Amino acid sequence: MNITLRVWRQDTPDAPGRFVEYDAPDIESHASFLEMLDVVNERLTDKGEEPIAFDSDCREGICGMCGLMINGLAHGPQQGTATCQLHMRKFKDGDVITIEPWRAAGFPIIRDLVVDRSSFDRIIEAGGYITVPTGSAPDANLILVPKPAADAAMDAAACIGCGACVASCPNGAAQLFVAAKVANLNLLPQGQPERWTRVEAMVDEMEKYFGSCTNHGECEAACPKRISIDFIAMMNKDYIKAKFKNRRMAGQGS
Amino acid sequence: MTTTDKGTDRGTVNRRRPWAIEFYGSAVGKKWVMAITGIIFLGYVFVHMLGNLKLYLGTDPTGIFAIDHYGEWLRELLEPFLPREGALWIFRVVLTASVVLHIHAAYSLTVTNWKARPTRYQSPREYLVASYASRTMRWSGVIVGAFVAFHLLDLTIGTANPDFVAGDVHANLIASFSRPGVAIFYMVANLLLGLHIFHGTWSLFQSIGWNNPQFNEWRRWLAWAFTAVIVIANVSFPLTVLTGLVK
Ligand code: HEM
Ligand code: SF4
Ligand code: FES
Repeated sequence: MNITLRVWRQDTPDAPGRFVEYDAPDIESHASFLEMLDVVNERLTDKGEEPIAFDSDCREGICGMCGLMINGLAHGPQQGTATCQLHMRKFKDGDVITIEPWRAAGFPIIRDLVVDRSSFDRIIEAGGYITVPTGSAPDANLILVPKPAADAAMDAAACIGCGACVASCPNGAAQLFVAAKVANLNLLPQGQPERWTRVEAMVDEMEKYFGSCTNHGECEAACPKRISIDFIAMMNKDYIKAKFKNRRMAGQGS
Repeated sequence: MTTTDKGTDRGTVNRRRPWAIEFYGSAVGKKWVMAITGIIFLGYVFVHMLGNLKLYLGTDPTGIFAIDHYGEWLRELLEPFLPREGALWIFRVVLTASVVLHIHAAYSLTVTNWKARPTRYQSPREYLVASYASRTMRWSGVIVGAFVAFHLLDLTIGTANPDFVAGDVHANLIASFSRPGVAIFYMVANLLLGLHIFHGTWSLFQSIGWNNPQFNEWRRWLAWAFTAVIVIANVSFPLTVLTGLVK
């Protein structure tokens, strides 16, 4: 198939950036979106031009490195799919495909389509961990987990940290990512000791970089892992409770 | 215990600010306040609508309009436990405080959100699920706010209504809505109020964290039904007066 790309090119974080059009003839319809970009880049390299910078790693939808705004949609037109799992057969011959990087204050552009998502790492550092005894390995099944809790925690744990939720959110809010990361630990018995401090610390850290949720639901629709916004409600509830509980703990000294 | 600036020990650190300010200082806290004040408004709008339906009850045997009767009852509510108009003033104070908080939170979160995406997308965006209502909350809110101010001047204080007579609720309504421009403004404002509460009624559950798979489906229906009832009734008042059905 023959397509035309309109790609955001930006040389440095502070450079103005612009759309550049590239003809991409003879693209295999079975190619993934990233493979298509690889082909375009090889051709650019052959011509002595600078290839388009974009992020990727696993290319099987589990690492969260990839992520492009394709025709105005985070991860493109196929829902529940990361950019690396999107295939060219979803497009038509002759299509003009516009590709932009994620845009958010918390995700500054490094170059072309690559953004810096280390703000997500800061949020995880703030509370995305549990304390464990470091002695000998505990017996298996020592801590029993109710099945519904295990399932819900697993659903939350599916988040790959790609940032499509932020990219698609009209407010540039990171609620879905943070809610998934909070819920995945707060739902399990192992996560209880830090439950209230975790949610407070992670939300407070999030608010340093990102916008505020107005419940549009765009994040859920854009999420390659279809994380549910129910987790956002859960996080809000825990955060509000934490504001009281942590306060009470503060009164007890320690 | 070790002290890191974040994480485990956060809750044990004595905070500098009083907790209410600390809570409201966070965006999630502000959204909670918006939701609670939103519920107060929804309750108010509903009761206000029920009260106004008395426009359709006409006069009682003594020739007094039902809605005038109701207006008088509002002033006497809880008398003699409270002085005359005491209950009314409690409502006014609570509503005014809620308006201040709701608008401040809306303003402050809007600024936060604009800062969160300083550079817009340079190509057209598509929305998969964000509704027209959810994307126009700020506009519908501001216009409804302006409308509420006009409405108070028109029918509570009377400055915007040349024929205003305090306590003559029925006559004031007729005088006001007989002006086509005003009647149309009331109808448009109520349609926008409908947009605002359609998203708000659904959204507030999320902000407060009242989320339960058993009633999530029901939240959409609640938003539809509530909005329909409010909008149909509220739009009917100026419409029936303007068309002469109610005199
Ligand atoms: C004075 C003008 C008003 C302004 C500027 C305003 C603005 C806003 C904004 C920006 C939101 C947040 C949107 C979102 O999170 O989705 C909101 C939410 C809401 N508003 Fe208003 N609003 C106003 C008046 C009203 C009125 C009169 C009502 C009720 C009749 C109302 C009910 C609600 C409700 C229920 C919510 C949902 C709260 C939540 O999602 O947590 N608002 N408003
Ligand atoms: S919640 Fe979904 S969209 Fe957001 S970072 Fe996780 S996987 Fe990506
Ligand atoms: S490259 Fe790993 S998720 Fe797409």
